[in-house]
Amino acid sequence: MCSNEHISYLKKIRFNKILIKLIQISIFIIFLIVWQLLADFKVINTFVSSSPKEVFKTIIELHKTNNLYNHIFITLYETVLSFLIGTLIGIFLATILWWNKFIAKVVDPYLTILNSLPKVALGPIIIIWVGAKMNSIILMALFISTIITIMNVYQGFIETDINKIKLMKSFNAKPYQMFFKLVLPSSFPNIISALKINLSMSLVGLLPPVGEKIFFNKCYSRY
Amino acid sequence: MKNNEILSIKNLRKIYHTETSETVAVDDFSFSLSNGEFIAIVGPSGCGKSTILSILANLENKSSGSIKIKENYKLGYMLQSDSLFEWRNILDNCLLGLEINKNLSKENINYVLGLLKTYGLKDFINSHPSNLSGGMRQRVSLIRTLATKPDILLLDEPFSALDYQTRLAVSDDVYRIIKKEKKSVIMVTHDLAEAISMADKVIVLSKRPCSIKKIIPIKIENKSTPIENRKSKEFSKYYEEIWKEIDLNV
Repeated sequence: MCSNEHISYLKKIRFNKILIKLIQISIFIIFLIVWQLLADFKVINTFVSSSPKEVFKTIIELHKTNNLYNHIFITLYETVLSFLIGTLIGIFLATILWWNKFIAKVVDPYLTILNSLPKVALGPIIIIWVGAKMNSIILMALFISTIITIMNVYQGFIETDINKIKLMKSFNAKPYQMFFKLVLPSSFPNIISALKINLSMSLVGLLPPVGEKIFFNKCYSRY
Repeated sequence: MKNNEILSIKNLRKIYHTETSETVAVDDFSFSLSNGEFIAIVGPSGCGKSTILSILANLENKSSGSIKIKENYKLGYMLQSDSLFEWRNILDNCLLGLEINKNLSKENINYVLGLLKTYGLKDFINSHPSNLSGGMRQRVSLIRTLATKPDILLLDEPFSALDYQTRLAVSDDVYRIIKKEKKSVIMVTHDLAEAISMADKVIVLSKRPCSIKKIIPIKIENKSTPIENRKSKEFSKYYEEIWKEIDLNV
């Protein structure tokens, strides 16, 4: 049974949802149109910022030469790989810091410094060290995602409810039981949010070395 | 220890150290608990009541003094917050202590299932804590403590997180469970009425550093459940007596 008020209430909610979606899509379309117009009237330099038409043409071209899916695959592969490795290493190191508060105190300033360092700027150095290969790209992405994972996950670990820790202690829980039965599961929300940040961070990590790589390849191909 | 005593504390002392100072939290604290007895500890807030339970439950170290517990007697600790794990269902929450002590035998699981059934939580075995009311959560928390079959229960302000009406009902509930399972209890509370209505003996503590000011045995004619005890004629007499003993520093 629904009263008329309830029906109009539901209608209002539905209308709101549709409106939000519509506006979201129109913003995207308007953005593309403005971009194209600016390019057509030569307000912006298409050599630097391209235009939607050019992007679309390139996609078609890549599709025809069968290169598109290869590129997408490589990007996805690198992202997922560095995301997985970065997350695992990050959680592992955060666990060590939780386990030993002394180590945590010692490395605290270094973590802060590493985190504030513009890691993307290290791209060229990593390429010189590791070479312009996929390894360097993954290393770059790892570098970016691991540190932020350590900080987020560790924060979750040390915010575990003090009363629950007391409870575990009253049952004489050993440190490994404390970790696996309480600290790890209760930090799940933190870990999930770390994963979300990580995924985008891994992608950021990929981009500059990719640019460098293309640049390098071009340089080498001249010889 | 005397015949009927199952726990005795002598000259317990606890000092907290910080970089700038040291604070004596508990000073020269002695008492003993007999089998089946219900002792309530009351005192002004911040006097270090909970410290005594924490030391008994092995969560903190004592600075000096002795604690003797009768051989093969086990302690169970119940906190103010129910601290149920949201990622576990009610049964798994209750089995936590057994799991940690690697005692998950079929017999023990059946014992816990029996407790859940007896105390009206049978239909919630597979539910998660957020689906339960505050009173039910507190009952689950008690069953979790009972699961490891302790002989002495340490209750640290067990009802303070509940609203007044739930609190009366739950303290009645918990009291009945404790008496039925024949446990001895040491309960810390700031609620004088709760202490008088439940305990056989009330220990009144002084201000920090806390030491025993007075031990008052509670004798109520036709003693029954806490809610009924509150209506007895002795109740207000004891209330006044204890109220006078407590140092209020408001």
